[in-house]
Amino acid sequence: MARKKKKMPGLNTSSTADISFMLLIFFLVTTSMDTDMGLARRLPQPPDPDQEDAQIDVKERNVLNVRINAAGNLMCNHEYIDVSELRARAKEFIKNEANSPTLPEKHEVDIDILGRCYITDKHVISVQTDRGTPYAAYFQVQNELVAAYNELREEVSKEKFGRSYANLKEEEKVAIRKYYPQKISEAEPKNYGGN
Amino acid sequence: MPEMNTSSLPDLIFTILFFFMMVTTMREVTLKVKFTVPQGTELEKLEKKSVVSFIYVGPPTDALRAQMGSGTRIQLNDRYAEPREVMDFVAAERQGMMNQAEQVISIKADQYTQMGYITDIKEVLRKSWALRINYSATHRN
Repeated sequence: MARKKKKMPGLNTSSTADISFMLLIFFLVTTSMDTDMGLARRLPQPPDPDQEDAQIDVKERNVLNVRINAAGNLMCNHEYIDVSELRARAKEFIKNEANSPTLPEKHEVDIDILGRCYITDKHVISVQTDRGTPYAAYFQVQNELVAAYNELREEVSKEKFGRSYANLKEEEKVAIRKYYPQKISEAEPKNYGGN
Repeated sequence: MPEMNTSSLPDLIFTILFFFMMVTTMREVTLKVKFTVPQGTELEKLEKKSVVSFIYVGPPTDALRAQMGSGTRIQLNDRYAEPREVMDFVAAERQGMMNQAEQVISIKADQYTQMGYITDIKEVLRKSWALRINYSATHRN
């Protein structure tokens, strides 16, 4: 009698593909692919309660006052301006190319890699909002100010290194950031736009 | 004609499945506020999802408006909260983080929110030493 070779029947796996497809679709539905984007900012450290209010004297020429009222209107120093003008204003202010006496004072500062530079290290951009200011108006102002810094950094990076800021090495980026330090201060909100 | 061998098809699909599990994040909370974030040009990507916590600000969703009204609300996790509760929220979120110094708070606020709410939140964040924040936005062309 010829022994019949017993063959174990294979497990039918044809539906495994369907099962994994179902899992795949479940994940596709429940997850959100969108990468979150946003404007990164850094808040100042909380005030020290033990410390007396240290009045930091800032010369008037070193400050760019940006005020936004409850209607979302923008005031830069003492003029009403449109948000679209703010970037150019801020750039002019931060750079002070002609060393004008009405724009921030310049100091000689030693920066690694770049050497001795003549920069406006004491400038401050002060953003003041009203409690009723729409968030979008505030966001646009922040966006324009960051854009001004980014453009200036890009310019100086092209000038000194001949490359775009994004392609610089980390220590070169640090040097550029020292050349144009981001100084945006936010004062306590006031109720001056009417509510 | 021999039948095509489909035994490796499940493996293939599993690979795709794992890929999606890697690159996506689960939607963690049910939104109770609706918001349209502002548009900007100088945006950065939120790289490390593990250190990011979200604060949602906006009016209640249409379904909840009848109960809650249409005033601006702050949502932390799955419920509405007051600005002062942000401090506990930040501390709780920080607990589970590997590198707590890198904690980022992303504020997803509706563009018509009044700045008063945002400033209150920012003050509390400052007090709780959560200094790295991110104003969530979409890209404008």
